[in-house]
This record gives sequence, C-alpha cells and structure tokens, in this order.
Amino acid sequence: MRPFDYAAPRTVEEALAQHADGAAYLAGGTSLVDLMKLDVARPHRVVDVNSLPLHGVTTDERGLHLSALERLGDLARHPAVADGHPVLRQALLASASPQLRNMATIGGNLLQRTRCGYFRDTAAACNKREPGSGCAARTGDNRGHAVLGAGPSCVATHPSDPAVALSALDALLELHGADGVREVPLNSFYRLPGETPQTETVLRPGELITRVTVPPLPGADRSVYVKVRDRRSYEFALVSAAVAVDLHDGEVRGVRIALGGVAPRPWRAHAAEQALTGREFTRANALEAAAAAADGAEPLSGNAFKIELVRRTVGHALTRLGGR
Amino acid sequence: MTDSTAPRPPTGDHQVPLELQVNGRTARLSADIRTTLLDALRDGLGLTGSKKGCDRGQCGACTVHVDGRRVLSCLTLAVGAQGKQVTTIEGVAEGDRLSPVQQAFLDHDGFQCGFCTPGQIMSAICAIRDGDTGSDAAVREAMSGNICRCGAYEGILRAVRSAAERTARQEGTG
Ligand SMILES: Cc1cc2nc3c(=O)[nH]c(=O)nc-3n(C[C@H](O)[C@H](O)[C@H](O)COP(=O)(O)OP(=O)(O)OC[C@H]3O[C@@H](n4cnc5c(N)ncnc54)[C@H](O)[C@@H]3O)c2cc1C
Repeated sequence: MRPFDYAAPRTVEEALAQHADGAAYLAGGTSLVDLMKLDVARPHRVVDVNSLPLHGVTTDERGLHLSALERLGDLARHPAVADGHPVLRQALLASASPQLRNMATIGGNLLQRTRCGYFRDTAAACNKREPGSGCAARTGDNRGHAVLGAGPSCVATHPSDPAVALSALDALLELHGADGVREVPLNSFYRLPGETPQTETVLRPGELITRVTVPPLPGADRSVYVKVRDRRSYEFALVSAAVAVDLHDGEVRGVRIALGGVAPRPWRAHAAEQALTGREFTRANALEAAAAAADGAEPLSGNAFKIELVRRTVGHALTRLGGR
Repeated sequence: MTDSTAPRPPTGDHQVPLELQVNGRTARLSADIRTTLLDALRDGLGLTGSKKGCDRGQCGACTVHVDGRRVLSCLTLAVGAQGKQVTTIEGVAEGDRLSPVQQAFLDHDGFQCGFCTPGQIMSAICAIRDGDTGSDAAVREAMSGNICRCGAYEGILRAVRSAAERTARQEGTG
C-alpha cells in the first residue's frame, strides 16, 4: 500500500473541500482498502467519511430514504426495508458475509469495483485499471464475466447485489458535489464501458452519494431476489435476478426485471418485461417472458452457460412470485 | 492535512500517534498511517490471537468486535478505529474462566489446527447474540464468513449450536 494523507471531515461541505485530484473517500473500506493493498487503488489522500451525518432510514411520501453510510446489515434488519421491499432485503442478506455487512455501506456498495481477477492483478492487461493496456479477460478466464453490455475494451461485471434490487425498484441517488445537490436515477447512474471502461458512473470528481431513495412503486411488495452462485453463501453472483410484479386481478400491470452478474451494471431486461406486461400471470406466460431475458447477449469463450442461466433464473423468480 | 490544494503523494515519515481502546484498556502506539487494525493489534500491541489468513477480507480469521459488532480487522484502518471499543479473542474470557463459546469449541472439537478459531469464536459470539443460530442451516449461514481450511465445520456447527442453546437456557431461567 502506498502512503496517503488522511482526513476525517465532520460535514459534507468539509468532505467536498478536502477531496481533490487523486483523493478517495473511505466508507466501510471493504472495497477501497482491499484494492489499496493490491496496489490497484493508489489514493494520495484518504477522506474518511464515517463521521459525516449520513445515517438513518426514513420514509415519507417520496418513498424510503437510505442514508449513504447505513451498513448493509443494518438495512437488512430495518423494518422499513423488510416491510414492502422483500427484493431489497433479500439482496442485502445475500451480499458478502455478516462481518462485511457490518462494515459495508450502501453508498460504497454501489461504487465497489469489479471483482475481475485481471483488474485486481497489476501484472495483467486491463483497460479499466490501466487505460490502453488491453483486456486479458477477453481471451483469458472469463467464466464469471459479462454477456450483456460489454465491449471490446472491457468485459467485467458489476459485483453488487443491492444495486440489482435497487435497479428493479427504480431507486434514485442523491449526489452532493461542489455545484450543489442533484438526483440521478440509479438506472442512468452506471455507464457502459465503451472506450472508457475506467469511468464507471456519471459521478463527477469529488461528488458524494449522500442518500438512496426507493420511490413508492406498485408491486414492490411482490418482489424477490434470486442469486445463483458457485456455493450457497458468501460468494458473488454468477447470475442474479431482482423481480417485482404489479398484479391486478391476475393480470400483470407492470413488471420490473433486473439482472446481476452478467453486465457491467445492473441490467434491466426490458424485452422480458414487455413480454409479460398486460398478460395473465400464468406459469406459461412467465416462462415465455423469461426466455427473452437474455436478449442481445453475446457469450465469451467461457461463459455461454450464463445465457441459459439468466432465462432460468428469471423464470424461477417469476414462478416464485406466483406465476402458475 | 485539511488544506484543499491537490495532494501530492506524501513523502517522508508517515508515522502517526494512535490511541486505541482494546479489551477495556487504552493503548497508545505510533504506527504508519497505512496500518490496519489487524497489524496494530498483532505487531503494535502483541495481541496475536487475531489471525492474518488472507489479509483480503475473504477468510474471517481476523474477525474482532468494534463497538460490539463483528468486523474484519484486516480491512479496517487502525486510524479509523480510534475512539471505538475493540474486543479481541484475548478479551472474551473472564480471567481463567473461558467464555461459554470458547468452552463449547473445546467440548465439541470445533477446530483442528486452530488457526481460524479465534475468528470463528468472535464471529459466533455475535451470531448467537443476534439470534441467528436457531437451526443448523441458520448457523451455517451466520458463520459463512469464517472459512476453516481443515474442514472442522461439523464440530464448529455443534459448538455454536450448543453454546446458543446454553445461552438461551440461561436467559430463559433469568
Ligand atoms: C470477500 C468479499 C465478498 C463480497 N461479497 C459481496 C457480495 O456477495 N455482494 C455484494 O454486493 N458485495 C460483496 N462484496 C463487496 C462489498 O459489499 C463492498 O465492498 C462494499 O459494499 C463496499 O462498501 P464500503 O462502504 O466498504 O465501500 P468502500 O470500500 O469504503 O468504498 C468503495 C468505493 O466507493 C467510494 N465511496 C464510498 N462511499 C461513498 C460515498 N458516500 N460517496 C461517494 N463515493 C463513495 C470509495 O471512494 C470507493 O471508491 C464483497 C466483498 C468482499 C471483500
């Protein structure tokens, strides 16, 4: 790990002032400290945000508000999360381990870096870590990599589970920067790699995530998170699906399907959503819609299995919600 | 440290004074700013019970309690742990009397080589307190962040369940 200056501001304004080129915010540290040890992250200054007043969970007419420093474990146990948002609670509980959930914040979780082994290995070519150096995963071990939304420059996936649930719930992110406060939908927050895989979000330099808002959404209470992985617990997703269905008299008025483990960002399966909207919520219709969940997918040498796994995971999630 | 000009890579001496609250005592030491809580405990304070397994937050051998919650000391910067109550495996017994969870690990052979055991025990104490140990499946899930390379999981499972049941009985009888 390289040396750094350390600052622990107490207000958002101070934090923004102390952030500068080459600085990094530190929340739970479970992604940043790890990457600093690997020499992948090399901040000159660490701005520890843990003393900022960004705690608490509230609800009002705009929805459920999660302050950025809330820990995943606390959110999973919070009655306002459990009540009415099963998909979010399940995604939180499927993330990492109890120890990590006590440390990891919701803000940091959305900004954690990919677990691609080549990104984490400074000896390997990686356009995300070292723009222009190439992508070792394209021809290397890419079993865990993306089948949707990737490009020639990068095939890494976004590893977060909560982000997938929040994508299905159409969550909004409150961002604080030098120019003031703005709100960005999570579904427009993440960028696809294109030619600049090092830039993963629309977050401006120094901008802080201060809050995540889950708006009131018909169907949020009929929702589920299904995570498929190599072992039952404490493992990142091969494929995951966050699904919420708004049912009215047996007919699907609206459905939201987000995928994890398959793309550089949480991936909304719009074709599958459209295929089910306005139809009767039967098992046959659910499976027909699920068959469209991987539309547009392009496999790499080692991960074609993910395409069928996406369809089956979405089909499983829909039938768990009652499509029979 | 608080100016807002763009920082250059710091050079020279990175030693900082640290004040940590560990097992009910105040400990002062001088350490490099990069020091993790795990290294501060082991190398700075000689508390070598917390183990360095992977040093990447994956194995759980470094599990300690910070303000009563189980966390990974290898991904915690020592500088950020100041002002918080840190408890390590060295702080859970009362004198010579082992804590019920320690005793249960002995009684049920909850280990082979013992390297992961301090982390397992620190983790189990919280899992039991949080009520996440009501069934074999619940224990497996609640303890999934602690890897045992010897594969002593069956013994660990029995130890945690037995300690949980004992705790429940004691609480039930007041
Ligand atoms: C072994 C292991 C297994 C894991 N398994 C899973 C899993 O199954 N599912 C899953 O979802 N995650 C998993 N994780 C990842 C973990 O959940 C994330 O590392 C964690 O959520 C990141 O949050 P943090 O608060 O620790 O972030 P930090 O490490 O503190 O920060 C991460 C990044 O976000 C920036 N940042 C943090 N907070 C803010 C803010 N408020 N505003 C702006 N920038 C900010 C930091 O500068 C840094 O770049 C795992 C991690 C490990 C080590």
